[in-house]
Amino acid sequence: MTHDVLDIAGLNKWFGGLRATNDIMLSVREGEIHAIIGPNGAGKTTLLSQIQGLLRPDDGYIKLDGEDITYEPAHKRARRGIARSFQITSLISEFPVITNAALGVQARLGHSFRFWKQAGSDLELLEPALEALRLVGLDRRAGSLVRDLSHGERRQLELAIALAQKPRLLLLDEPMAGMGRQDTSRMISLIAGLKGQYSIILIEHDMDAVFTLADRISVLVAGHVIKTGTPEQIRNDADVRAAYLGH
Amino acid sequence: MADITAFSTSRKDALAAVALIAMLALVPPAAWLLHDPFLVKVATRIVIFSLAAIAINLVLGYGGLVSLCHAGLFGIGGYVVGIAAFHVSEPIHLGPLVLGGSSDLAITLPLAMLVSGLMAMAVGAISLRTSGPYFIMITLAFNQMFYYAAIALQKYGGEDGLQILSTITLFGVDVGNRYRFYYVALAVLALATLLLGRAIGSRFGLILRAAAENETRVVVVGVQPWAYRLVAFTASGVLTGLAGALLAASQQFISPVDMAWDRSGDLVVMAVLGGIATFWGPILGAATFIALELMLSSWTQHWQLVFGLIILAIVVGLRGGLVDLLRLIMPKPAGKTT
Amino acid sequence: MTAALFAEQLLNGIQLGVMLFLIASGLTLVFGIMNFINLAHGSLYMAGGFVAAIVYRYTGSFALAVLVAVPAAAAIGVVMERLVLRRFYGRGHLDQVLVTFALILIMNEGTRMIFGPAPLLIGLPAMLSGSVEILPGVGYPIFRLTILLAGLLVAGLLYLIIMKTRLGMWVRAGASNRPMASAMGVNVPVIFSLLFAVGAALAGLAGIMAGPILSVQVGMGEPILILALVVTVIGGIGSIRGAFIAAVMVGVVDTFGRVLLTPALGSMAIFILMAAILTFRPKGLFPVHG
Repeated sequence: MTHDVLDIAGLNKWFGGLRATNDIMLSVREGEIHAIIGPNGAGKTTLLSQIQGLLRPDDGYIKLDGEDITYEPAHKRARRGIARSFQITSLISEFPVITNAALGVQARLGHSFRFWKQAGSDLELLEPALEALRLVGLDRRAGSLVRDLSHGERRQLELAIALAQKPRLLLLDEPMAGMGRQDTSRMISLIAGLKGQYSIILIEHDMDAVFTLADRISVLVAGHVIKTGTPEQIRNDADVRAAYLGH
Repeated sequence: MADITAFSTSRKDALAAVALIAMLALVPPAAWLLHDPFLVKVATRIVIFSLAAIAINLVLGYGGLVSLCHAGLFGIGGYVVGIAAFHVSEPIHLGPLVLGGSSDLAITLPLAMLVSGLMAMAVGAISLRTSGPYFIMITLAFNQMFYYAAIALQKYGGEDGLQILSTITLFGVDVGNRYRFYYVALAVLALATLLLGRAIGSRFGLILRAAAENETRVVVVGVQPWAYRLVAFTASGVLTGLAGALLAASQQFISPVDMAWDRSGDLVVMAVLGGIATFWGPILGAATFIALELMLSSWTQHWQLVFGLIILAIVVGLRGGLVDLLRLIMPKPAGKTT
Repeated sequence: MTAALFAEQLLNGIQLGVMLFLIASGLTLVFGIMNFINLAHGSLYMAGGFVAAIVYRYTGSFALAVLVAVPAAAAIGVVMERLVLRRFYGRGHLDQVLVTFALILIMNEGTRMIFGPAPLLIGLPAMLSGSVEILPGVGYPIFRLTILLAGLLVAGLLYLIIMKTRLGMWVRAGASNRPMASAMGVNVPVIFSLLFAVGAALAGLAGIMAGPILSVQVGMGEPILILALVVTVIGGIGSIRGAFIAAVMVGVVDTFGRVLLTPALGSMAIFILMAAILTFRPKGLFPVHG
C-alpha cells in the first residue's frame, strides 16, 4: 500500500446548528489526484479551509505525513507544504505577476527579515518564481501587472504561487471555475502534467475534468463523505447516482 | 517584454529622492545669497518633519496601518534629548552611581532612537493584535497616554515644556550654529531615505506590502505577518523618535504640545499630501505642509479652516497625493495611458 | 479616603460614564454598521454645547436650551453625513480618518471664527442648583444627579429600542453582519442617516450636560472623543451593552485615577486599563463581529 500524505478522521465542524463537516474520513496517497465532488453547499470549501488551517475543526484529526496538524496555525502548515489555489483568486494586484509568484518562493527560503538586497533583482527568488510561471504557461506575462491579467491567467497565477511553494500537498479549489472552454482544456492538461509529481486534492464541478484527472474520487454530501473510490467505481455506484449524479 | 524587476525601487524613484535631497541641500547657500536666514529655519523644520513623514509612511503606505500615535513617539525622542540635556547641570544620583546628562547628539540621538523604538515596540505588540478601526483607535489612545505622561513630568516642565539650556554638540563640535545643524539633520534624512528606499524593495518590504493588501495570501504561503509589521512599526518609531530628537535639539525646546494627537494627524496628512505610494513622496508632502502652514497663517488667523478645506479637497479629489499631480502635469512617456 | 468622599467620587465616576456612553453609543453603532471611523463625532458634542450656550445666553432658559440644542446637533450630524461622510462609507479607513480629521479642523476653526476663543458659560436653572443629601451628612449637587439620572434614562431607552423594536433588530443585525445590513430589504441610506442623527443628538445632549460642569469652548470635543473611543474599543465595536459597561468602567477609573494620583498620571489610568484589556481580549469585552 502506498504512503498516505494526508490522513483525516472523525472531522466535524458546526456553524451554529449547522453541521458543515460531518464525521469526515479522507486520505490522500502520495502522488495521487484525489477529487472531491458534491453538490453546492456540501461543505467542500469548508473542508479545504480546515485542512489548510484557516478554519478550526470542532473535533477529529488531520495528519500530514503522520504528524497531527489539527490545531496548527495556517502559516505553519504552509511551511510544512500545504498550498492552495483559491476559488476566488487571492492575489496582490499591486505587484507584478512574477512578484506574486516570488511570494510563494520566499516563504520556503526561511525568514524574510532581509532589508537591503532588492527582491526585484534577487535571482534566488526570481528564478524559482519564473520556473513556476513557466510550469503554468505564464512566463511570458512575468512583468505584467496582475490587474492586466485575464480571468484565466489569474487562475494560472494562483496555481503558480502554490507550485512555487514546492508543496507536499496541493489543494485546488475549483481551478476551472468561470473559465471558457479553451482555458478549461488548457488548465486540464496543465493539472494532468502535475500528476504523479504532487499529491493533490481537487475540488471541481466540471465532471469531465474530474473523471479525466482523478485517481480517486470522494463524494461529499451534506458535509459527509458518502463514498470514496476510483472514477470507475464512482460512476457505477448506485448510491452516488441517487444522491448526486442524479441519473 | 515588461520589466520583471518592477516591484523594487526603480531608478526613477531613486532619482526623485536624490533630487529632493539635493534641492534641500541648496537652501542654505540660497538663504545666504538672499540674506534671509529665516529660510534655513523653515527648511530645518521641513527636513525634520520629512524624516517623521517618511517614517510614518513605512507603516501607513507600505504596511497599510493607520497609526495615530506617532506624535507621541516623536515627542518621546524629543524628551529624551531634553531630559539628557537637563541633567548636564544636575546629575542623577542612583545610590553610589552618578549619571551625568549630555547634550552631545552622538549620545542623545541614539538614546532617543532606542527609547522611542522600545516604546513603539510595546505599543505595536499590543495594537498589532488588532486591525482596521481598532488599530487606529488604540494607537490614538496610546498617543494620548504619552501626552499625559509628558504633562505628568513636573520636574521637566510639565505642561509648559522643557527648555534646553546647554549647548548642543556633535562629537564635541558645537552644532548650535543654524547652518551646521541643518546639514546634520539633512544627512540624517538622506541616510534614512536611503535605508527606507532599500527596505521597501527588499524581501521584508515584499512581505509587508503584500500583507497590507491581502493578509490571507501571505499567511497561506507560510508567513505570519505580525512579526514583520512589528519590525516595521518599531523601525518607524525609531526614525520618528529621531525626528523628534532633532526638533528638540534645533529649537532647544520640547513640550507636550508637540505630542498632541492632532500632531499625529498632521503627520498622516503630510504623508498623504505627498503621496504614500512612494518612499520619497512624504518629503514633498512635509515641505508642502510646512510651506502652506506658513503662508496660510500669515494670511489669516483662521488658517486651520482653510487647511481643513484643502485636506477635504485632497481626500475627495486627489487619491495619489501630490505625486499624482506631478504625473498629471508632466508629459507622459509614449505608449502609456493613465 | 473617607466613605463620604468615596461615595461622592463614585457618583462622579458613574456620571462621567453615563456621559461617555451618550457619546460612545453613536460612535459604536456607526462603526459597527457602516464600518466607519468618525473622528468628528466630538465636534457634534461641541456643537450641542455651543448651541445650548447661545440659546441660554439670549433666553436664560435652560430647558429651552436643551430643546433647541439636541435637534440642532442632530441636524448638524445629518448635514455632515449627507454632504460629506456618505461618500466615504466604501473607502478605506485612511480616507475616513483624513476626512473626519479635516472636519474637526473646519468645525473647530469655524466655531472659533463665529464665537471667538473665550469659553462660554451655561448657568444652572434655580431648581437644579443646590445639593441633596445622599448619605447622612454628605451632599451631592442636584445638577450632577440630574445628569446621572437623565443619562441612565436615555441609556435605558436606547437599550429598549435596540433590543425590543423592529428598528433595533435591523440595527443589531447590521452591526453583527454587515452584508446583511444591505440585504435586509430596508432603506439602508435612510437607516444610516437616522442612526447618524440619533448618534449626533446623543453626543449633543452630552455636550449640553457638560456645559455647566466644564465650560463650552473650542476643542472641547477631542479629549472626550478619545475617551469615547477608548470606551468603544473596550466594549467591543458595535455593542451597545459593551459600550455601557465600558463607559461606566472608564468613568469610574478615570475619576478615581485623578483623585488618587496626580491629574496627569490619573489621566493615564484608563489607557493602561485599555491596554490591559486588549492584551487579553483584542476585540474588546463584548465582540460583535465573529
